[in-house]
Amino acid sequence: MRFGLKRKLFVATVALGFALAMPVTGMAGDTIKLGVAGAHSGDLASYGLPTIKAAELVVAQYNAKGGINGKQIELLIEDDVCKPEVATNTATKLVTDKVDVVIGHICSGATKAAMPIYKSAGVLVMSPSATSDELSDYPNFFRTIAPNAAQAPAMADFAMDVLGATKIAVIHDKGDYGKPLAEGAKKRVEESGKAKVVLFEGITPSGLDYGAIVQKIKRSGADVVIFGGYHPEASKIVTIMKKKRLTAKFVSDDGVKDDTFIKVAGAAAEGVYAAGPQDNSSNAIASAAKEAHKKAYNSDPGAFFDGAYSAAIALLNAIEKAGSTDLDAVTKALHTEKVDTPIGTIHFDEKGDAVGARYSMYVVKDGKYVVVQ
Amino acid sequence: MDYFIELLFSGLTKGSIYGLIALGYTMVYGIIGLINFAHGEIYMIGAFTSFIVATVLSIYGFPLLAIVVIAAVAAAVWSSAYGYTVEKVAYRPLRQAPRLSPLISAIGMSIFLQNYVLLAQTSDYLPFPALIPEFAFMEPVAHIVGSSDLVILVTTAVVMLALTLLIKFTKIGKAMRATAQDRTMAVLVGINVDRVISATFIIGSALAAIGGMLIASHIGQINFYIGFLAGIKAFTAAVLGGIGSIPGAVLGSMVLGLTEAFATGYVSSDYEDVFAFSLLVLILIFKPSGLLGKAETKKV
Repeated sequence: MRFGLKRKLFVATVALGFALAMPVTGMAGDTIKLGVAGAHSGDLASYGLPTIKAAELVVAQYNAKGGINGKQIELLIEDDVCKPEVATNTATKLVTDKVDVVIGHICSGATKAAMPIYKSAGVLVMSPSATSDELSDYPNFFRTIAPNAAQAPAMADFAMDVLGATKIAVIHDKGDYGKPLAEGAKKRVEESGKAKVVLFEGITPSGLDYGAIVQKIKRSGADVVIFGGYHPEASKIVTIMKKKRLTAKFVSDDGVKDDTFIKVAGAAAEGVYAAGPQDNSSNAIASAAKEAHKKAYNSDPGAFFDGAYSAAIALLNAIEKAGSTDLDAVTKALHTEKVDTPIGTIHFDEKGDAVGARYSMYVVKDGKYVVVQ
Repeated sequence: MDYFIELLFSGLTKGSIYGLIALGYTMVYGIIGLINFAHGEIYMIGAFTSFIVATVLSIYGFPLLAIVVIAAVAAAVWSSAYGYTVEKVAYRPLRQAPRLSPLISAIGMSIFLQNYVLLAQTSDYLPFPALIPEFAFMEPVAHIVGSSDLVILVTTAVVMLALTLLIKFTKIGKAMRATAQDRTMAVLVGINVDRVISATFIIGSALAAIGGMLIASHIGQINFYIGFLAGIKAFTAAVLGGIGSIPGAVLGSMVLGLTEAFATGYVSSDYEDVFAFSLLVLILIFKPSGLLGKAETKKV
């Protein structure tokens, strides 16, 4: 008797499951599904949240015009917390939900972990922020940010040519994003012969106290520290540098060019240099996008907003020109069709990098990042 | 030589940070033989409480000393309430259960509290105000040891001493030792064991809260995850020193902190953790109960 009841319950559950699943499968085909994946919570959420807002704004514009080829655009937003082990789940979820194209992921490590899944599913991915050089190996990967191969030399050249450094300490966080960046900067410095790398070391991410490494930097006599990594570690290092009365200049990457860094490091952030996507304040589409963001969310957009906005426009434009969401057709459209975006009129080269995207150097002045060059 | 002294103080500061948290682990373990994984989260809640109180008070323009004292007291009280509740909800019902059950319960509590703060507060890093001022008399040596380093060092030493005295000479300390030795016997001679255990959690949590405030002020940032990271290292330190022993926890923390600092300074920070944990393995091979731990006698 008890067996019978269990069986009935089981059948009822299965039936209910099917009933719930029905409307979702019924809707497929009527919309274009645009995935947005990245760090939306956790300590690196400030990198990923602006991308959601950019996608929402662009999609709202397209949908108001009647969508693309008569199809409305639907957003599928998934969080990967910037962790590779979560990113594989995120990618699987999006692929299972039959996503057409994806904007994301945000962090290089997470993107690297997710790409094989998108590749085998034939899904095109465009990141506003993942800079790792290895990502170019994927034919379905595109990005609106310049890769590490461009960022690392920009940081090194700035330290040597503008700051006049002769002794440079290069520090990184041992991660997929920071380490190659630090290695690239080190290589550039050594090849140029203008300065010497006096220290090259990886620190433990999320460490409690970086006192020892700061003392080591001091002993190395470096006049500039180049750091490859994210903002939580950077703010701890600059805080301790200030406490230990170390006056070496601090040059870092676009992971540090984030307002959260200034908020957390406070006074210690003053005078910190960081590379970041080029300044787009003179671009009309960028200013319009910023205004729209202010109107919709009542705040200034955060890091990588312009890149994400550009990615959304570029993807939707390519789908429109290609007339389908087929991977090959969209890829071809991205390579050939030029499109006006906040980061300029762009198309994509065979590596998937946006032609025209480059880095500017910024410095923290009175609690704000301003352009140096 | 200067470099050696600089590294020495970096190591001592790091060790003291571990020590303030390790004391709570070791106290609870000493009395009920439970690794309280939620202890790191109590530390994190202490840091958050003092952050909120300090922020509010500084808006009203209180002097710094008053802010520090009130924030410390508020954090200690609030964290104690959490520690007491965690024990009552998650550990007390499992007191007669096999040893593994409260351990799993502790891990669950740790995850629960982390996510609770994540949802109730924020996932972002928050800037923690500098509650420890830069003392003028420290200026000549500030490049070696800063004011906040000094405060943390002194606090750890004082707390360790006070705890040792408390356990040796007071009535509650005597009851704690009795409970640690044999819980059933302690009940038979009229000790209210539940109350003693509650008191242990309250003292441990209050210490963690004050540690949370000082350490957050030293580092300058907090988020919901700091407790977990600090907790793992502090737990390692407590095991290294001999879990259950109060001076052992501090000694273990110092050994761990100094190893990390010297490994960074003279070898490479890439190998910081490799050295720290190799040392742990080595010590546990030769002295399985830790540096100052007592070998556990089998009760037949």
